[in-house]
Amino acid sequence: MKQSLVAATGVLFGIASFIALISFMTGLNQLLDGLVMNRSPHIRIYNEIRPSDEQPIERAGEYAESQNFVRSVRPRETGQAVRNSAAVIEALRKDPRVMDVAPKVSAPVFYFSGSTQIAGQINGVEPLIEKHLFALQDYVMEGDLRELKNSSNGIFLGKGIADKMMLQCGDIIQVSAAGGDPFVLKVIGILQFGLADVDDSQSYTNLRTAQQLLGVSSSYFTDLQVKLHDISLAPALAREYAQQFRVDTLDIQTANAQFETGTTVRTIISYAVGITLLIVAGFGIYNILNMLIYEKMDSIAILKATGFSGSDVQRIFLSISTMIGVSGGIAGLVVGYGLSAVIDQVPFETQALPTIRTFPVNYNMTYYIIGMLFSLVTTYIAGIFPARKAARIDPVIIIRGK
Amino acid sequence: MSQPALEARNITRYFHDPVTFRVLDQVSMSVARGEFVSVIGKSGSGKSTLLYVLSTMDTDYEGELLLDGSRLTGRSGSELAAARNEHIGFVFQFHYLLSEFSVLDNVMIPAQKLQRYGPAEVSKRAMERLDWLGIADQAYKMPNQLSGGQKQRVAIARALINDPLIIMGDEPTGNLDQKNSDIVFDIFRRLTREQGQTMLVVTHDGDFARRTDRIIELEDGRVISDGYEGR
Repeated sequence: MKQSLVAATGVLFGIASFIALISFMTGLNQLLDGLVMNRSPHIRIYNEIRPSDEQPIERAGEYAESQNFVRSVRPRETGQAVRNSAAVIEALRKDPRVMDVAPKVSAPVFYFSGSTQIAGQINGVEPLIEKHLFALQDYVMEGDLRELKNSSNGIFLGKGIADKMMLQCGDIIQVSAAGGDPFVLKVIGILQFGLADVDDSQSYTNLRTAQQLLGVSSSYFTDLQVKLHDISLAPALAREYAQQFRVDTLDIQTANAQFETGTTVRTIISYAVGITLLIVAGFGIYNILNMLIYEKMDSIAILKATGFSGSDVQRIFLSISTMIGVSGGIAGLVVGYGLSAVIDQVPFETQALPTIRTFPVNYNMTYYIIGMLFSLVTTYIAGIFPARKAARIDPVIIIRGK
Repeated sequence: MSQPALEARNITRYFHDPVTFRVLDQVSMSVARGEFVSVIGKSGSGKSTLLYVLSTMDTDYEGELLLDGSRLTGRSGSELAAARNEHIGFVFQFHYLLSEFSVLDNVMIPAQKLQRYGPAEVSKRAMERLDWLGIADQAYKMPNQLSGGQKQRVAIARALINDPLIIMGDEPTGNLDQKNSDIVFDIFRRLTREQGQTMLVVTHDGDFARRTDRIIELEDGRVISDGYEGR
């Protein structure tokens, strides 16, 4: 009885630490993934500045069949806008694989405040779509994205710019696009992404404000950011769209290749550690059941003497180990959940993640199911050998030995 | 004459460790129903070995063993286990009660395996036997709360639960003081007289043996005397 309790405690600790560890590590993983994945579109549609694929000479009849060499080719001036953007957006929104499309206008600008002048980039976005698709809300230090949507002259500044120019919400800032007139905008929010480069240069307005600043029409978008339902389709769809709409596309896997590797490695590490814990717990159970058999030799002997067969004894020990597995496993899940909840409360403040206050924990049901299954499987396997040994005990040797 | 409860024909048993050694040499004997038989002999004479062969737990012998006329030699382990469960009760030197279970549960275990009666009936029968042995008031205690003599009586109750054909005892009084030995002997005596219970007891206690119906004496693996001179 006592030993069974110790064994169950062993399982409990194994499962609990597996749950806590895997929840914590995948929580951290999700957070890190989120840092990049949340903010990146799955497919980015844009218009790259580059030379025409076909030079004029190749169309001239007599040279068309020849091998032509053209030196000092210059890129063609086509603007940075996505061609035929309205039709593309409509087509994308109808595609069932696409979650949503967020159009964006971004352009290099100068920020003026008093005598200071800082170069940066302005992003005209649809604030609510941006909030929905890219969790922009998570990076808002001050201000309200709905206000950004409705304001015709509001701007959300990166924290770095605001600090450098000593600006606060409600202050006025002048912004001018390359070759355009200065525009007076009102600071209505501060954003912090946790990346100095970004915070020191980026600012956000709504689409119309940015388009007016650049002096372009309302169908001018430099980027279409596509979010898919299934991220793994991104590379294939990116190629498909590039052909279909004759635009340039970039999928998230290509853009963040190293990042993918990092995620995979971290996931492998957390599973390896978790499985190791469970295996160690399994050996603990094996040991304890083995000890239990030595301790219970007399009981086994008398059971056999009074008519229990070897398979009866084996069944008894297997049911003991299964009970250890079930009770230890369930208790382990509860304690593991408790540990995760505690970790969830531990303060974790970092510059990089303004909206994170405590350690992230992933309460995914899958890990609890894996934990339970594994506790059952390990206790069964750890129990079967000692149980067989118990079944083979010769009662005569035990009873005569007294 | 009716069929003997237990019959052994030419039992020969070897021990192989450390050297091959003949422990039992062509032992033949039989126990009639209702007999109270004791087996005595010096230590090493093979008396315990004989008991374990007769108990069906030891199967590594030559010869033939019959229980109530049916041949047990050569049967499988689980068939023998079932036969022990139904027909043989054991009382050992040590009580072998399971410390996790109450006295009553300990008595009930062999009956639960046999499943001849339902749980309520089994519990009633166990209680009857404890009552007959004068320890009904201890039924709900744990074994470690009982004295040595009481534990041995619980072990006897356990041996009786399935109404066995024969009860085998291996030094059943070996661990007890004189007073408790006498109590146990009296119980055995009453069992044979009042209920016609067949008993086969291995002992080195000459006093105990002299009071039984019949004494079989072993020496060097052979029966050297078998008779009723003890009466």
